[in-house]
Amino acid sequence: MTDVYLDEKYIGTCENAKQVTSSIIEERRKQKIPLELNINFNPEYNELSIHTCPGRVRRPLIIVEKGEPLLTEEHFEKLRNNEIKWQDLIDQGIIEYLDANEEENSLVALRPKDLTKEHTHLEVNPISILGFITSLVPYANFGQSSRLNRGSKTQKQALGLYTSNYLIRMDTDINILQYPQVPLVRSFMHDIVKYDKHPSGQNVTIALLSYDGFNMEDALIINKGSVERGFARSYYFRPYNAQEIRYQGGLVDEVGIPDKEVKAYRSEEDYKLLEDDGIVYPEAQIREDDVIIGKSSPPRFLGEMEEFSIAANTRRESSVAIKRGEKGVVDFVVITENAEGNKLIQVRLRDLRIPEAGDKFASRYGQKGVIGRIIPQADMPFTASGIVPDLIFSPHSIPSRMTISHLIEVIGGKVGALAGRFIDGTTFSAESEPDLRKSLKTLGFREDGTEKMYNGITGEEFEAKIFVGNMYYLKLKYMVANKMHARATGKIQLLTRQPIEGRSMGGGLRLGEMEKDCLVAHGASLLLKERFDSDTVKVPICQKSGLISYYDARKNKLMSPIHGEDSDISYVEMSYAFKLLLDELKSLGIYPKLKMEDKF
Amino acid sequence: MANIISKYKGKIPRPLIEELEKLAKVNKLTDNQIKKALAKLEEKYKYSLIQPGEAIGIVTAESFGEPGTQMTLRTFHFAGVAEMNITLGLPRLIEIFDARKEPSTPVMNIHLNSPYNKNEKHLEKIIARIKEITVKDVLLEISINILRSHIELVPNKSRMKDLGVSEEELTKRIKEDFKTVEIENKDNTYFISFKNKEGTLPSLFILKEKIKAARIKGIKKISEVIPKKENNEIVCIASGSSLKDVYAIEEVNFAKTTSNNLFETANLLGIEAARQLIINEASQVINEQGLDIDIRHIMFISDLMTNKGKVMGITRSGITNEKESVLARASFETPIKHLINASLTGEIDRLSSVVENVMINQPIPVGTGLPGLIAKTKKEKKKK
Repeated sequence: MTDVYLDEKYIGTCENAKQVTSSIIEERRKQKIPLELNINFNPEYNELSIHTCPGRVRRPLIIVEKGEPLLTEEHFEKLRNNEIKWQDLIDQGIIEYLDANEEENSLVALRPKDLTKEHTHLEVNPISILGFITSLVPYANFGQSSRLNRGSKTQKQALGLYTSNYLIRMDTDINILQYPQVPLVRSFMHDIVKYDKHPSGQNVTIALLSYDGFNMEDALIINKGSVERGFARSYYFRPYNAQEIRYQGGLVDEVGIPDKEVKAYRSEEDYKLLEDDGIVYPEAQIREDDVIIGKSSPPRFLGEMEEFSIAANTRRESSVAIKRGEKGVVDFVVITENAEGNKLIQVRLRDLRIPEAGDKFASRYGQKGVIGRIIPQADMPFTASGIVPDLIFSPHSIPSRMTISHLIEVIGGKVGALAGRFIDGTTFSAESEPDLRKSLKTLGFREDGTEKMYNGITGEEFEAKIFVGNMYYLKLKYMVANKMHARATGKIQLLTRQPIEGRSMGGGLRLGEMEKDCLVAHGASLLLKERFDSDTVKVPICQKSGLISYYDARKNKLMSPIHGEDSDISYVEMSYAFKLLLDELKSLGIYPKLKMEDKF
Repeated sequence: MANIISKYKGKIPRPLIEELEKLAKVNKLTDNQIKKALAKLEEKYKYSLIQPGEAIGIVTAESFGEPGTQMTLRTFHFAGVAEMNITLGLPRLIEIFDARKEPSTPVMNIHLNSPYNKNEKHLEKIIARIKEITVKDVLLEISINILRSHIELVPNKSRMKDLGVSEEELTKRIKEDFKTVEIENKDNTYFISFKNKEGTLPSLFILKEKIKAARIKGIKKISEVIPKKENNEIVCIASGSSLKDVYAIEEVNFAKTTSNNLFETANLLGIEAARQLIINEASQVINEQGLDIDIRHIMFISDLMTNKGKVMGITRSGITNEKESVLARASFETPIKHLINASLTGEIDRLSSVVENVMINQPIPVGTGLPGLIAKTKKEKKKK
């Protein structure tokens, strides 16, 4: 007796569960039972579970009977002639969808040649063991699996043409690559997902070469000429918005150049970019802290204002200014209404991002690195035929990572570029490497992809032959312009008087506990003191009581909290954090008495 | 020559002088040459000493901290032939420096005296004396008969033979340990019942468990003894630690036999032995991981942990508790407890160490902050 569950609910028992299972599957293939039904018999628990609910992940497989797949050459012929479609194959019971549970009862062969009598299903294509993004990686079966993981992750970070209507969209933090290209070495998944409509990289000529050490530790050297020709240029878009919010008592925010009476009025200079309606004009050059939408808000505490204030109607300045560290050009201005019917202004900022040292790039195999240096084209190495690479990649990145697919793509890309065709690099069914070598030879190049190269600075020939070719490179969304930060002095925290944290607020970079230990270990005593001087204060201390004294404004004198005027007060330099500690001790009921003596 | 050398005694460590003496004899150096060599040696020796103001504590901490991040978190080392795992890596290092009362895997290295350490003949007998054998180890079956309210015990004869336990030993042990029970032997089965009373089921059950755990021979809590060849010598590795009992066995070379239990070593052999044990254990862990930390750092930590005459861990209840400065103690875990206790006794912090001075942002008394200028002020001059 086997328990039967329908959608995780107990419905009864049955005998001979195996036979029941196979007959239900048979009926489903004859379309007498809904195709969405999946069945699984678990002999371990002696349970038969049937699932019909939505939300299960199912995948198509070719049905195999007696070691022979039901999909035959006849079907292929019909498919080619457009006589039948995918759905027809499902209807005919040639292909079926299994969920994770039913898969447990079946034996799936990866390739037709692996089929035995025990097999129940055949994979439609071996690539289906990979995910959607992973199958975009060409020659993936030649690489290490962990690199493949990283490679598919980096593809998600690549800049490209993510949508074609980006000009009328107001997405936050968006990058658009200026000249996206279709990859030369591709997999058939590129066609299926219509990658050509939204590509996200560029085909570049690369050389595997160490050059003056600027590409050590995964860094890249980039040809300045290529950058000037438009390699890896991108736009960065960020919208800013302002709303005319309605408050209690019929008061409303007001977009426009604020009056001079307004509280916290900046200066006339600050509003110079605004037009009469208080909004910047398109194509205005914007720099840090510039006001782009002028706005004023009603006073915050209305009741108080009317009673005590003379200038009863003082409004607050609440303009929208550009974030710290950002710049750009006003790209697009929208004046519209939000859901509540309030006036809504959106201003989109556009910033041109030309590749610079520190920007991140990657190939499709988890080989990521930042630009180490941009070299003038004149100084770049060149081949005997005068080809100058766009990018120099370090050969030291290859052996330990074993990304052979990276190397094969270089050869593939070279053949593709020379022969003017796309190379099929689909995982498990790609154009083979020997074939690529052969066609490279017929094109008049060395079959191993290496070429004689010359040092661009001295003009000397390199001793070794250099591996040159073409590959698809991705510019990733991490750019120096978004990360660069430095500070001398600036905002401090109210409580501790120490610098605030965070780049967006112009905060400091913390010298932490372990960094402190380093200075101590070096015995750099005074340097350490200087680094921690950010919150230094001079505190007047009463020598008699050892407590911090206070200033009596009426008497214009420093007073001891215990002995009053009758005390000997002297200034002591300490960190404000320590003064805070003393105060906290006092709040704990502890009397922290400072005993003082002359230093000299 | 002896005359010249004696001048340097106390200035240069003895082993260095002895080595020089030896070399001088081999190379037949003249007195003048020895003089020069000694002067050079003294110069070199003084140069290699730590200089005043060097922050050795922090340097030691960093020397452990940095490689510590590279250590594999959980590693077990299989010592010798058979299966015996010993905690190593970071967990063991933490265990040593925290001075835990019991190591998570106590282990003894038992060395044997001269005739026994080469000959495998006696090994089995020695191991049998060390390894704890309980009744459970020689059982084939043990069960409670509720109807007759007794326990039926079937010994495993072949196993008993292997372990060298006779049936007399077994019955004797049970009789001695459990004075209130009777044993009868019938057809290779022992029937155990209470002498005066009818055994209830719970009491029988407790008795059964107690009998199973009863020790027939060997040393308490030593679950495994594995012989191992080490430099042409047989060494026994025992999991479980009881040095006192092992030292009592006459075949054991107690001068060489060690345990990895810090407190047991300190109590039995004294604090110096514990100091050396910390050094040995810590450097073993570090070498095991393929890391390289200078032995002097390990020695320094070991000294710090033992210099009060007892083993103290690097914890808030250990060496940190011994710090003089209130602020330094408060800056490391449970600050309020330290501050309140200090205020109750009116402790004074002289701000003489590093942590306090970092807190109040004053130059720290280390490195360039250490030396001061001593000059007589005008006032003092006038007084004279």
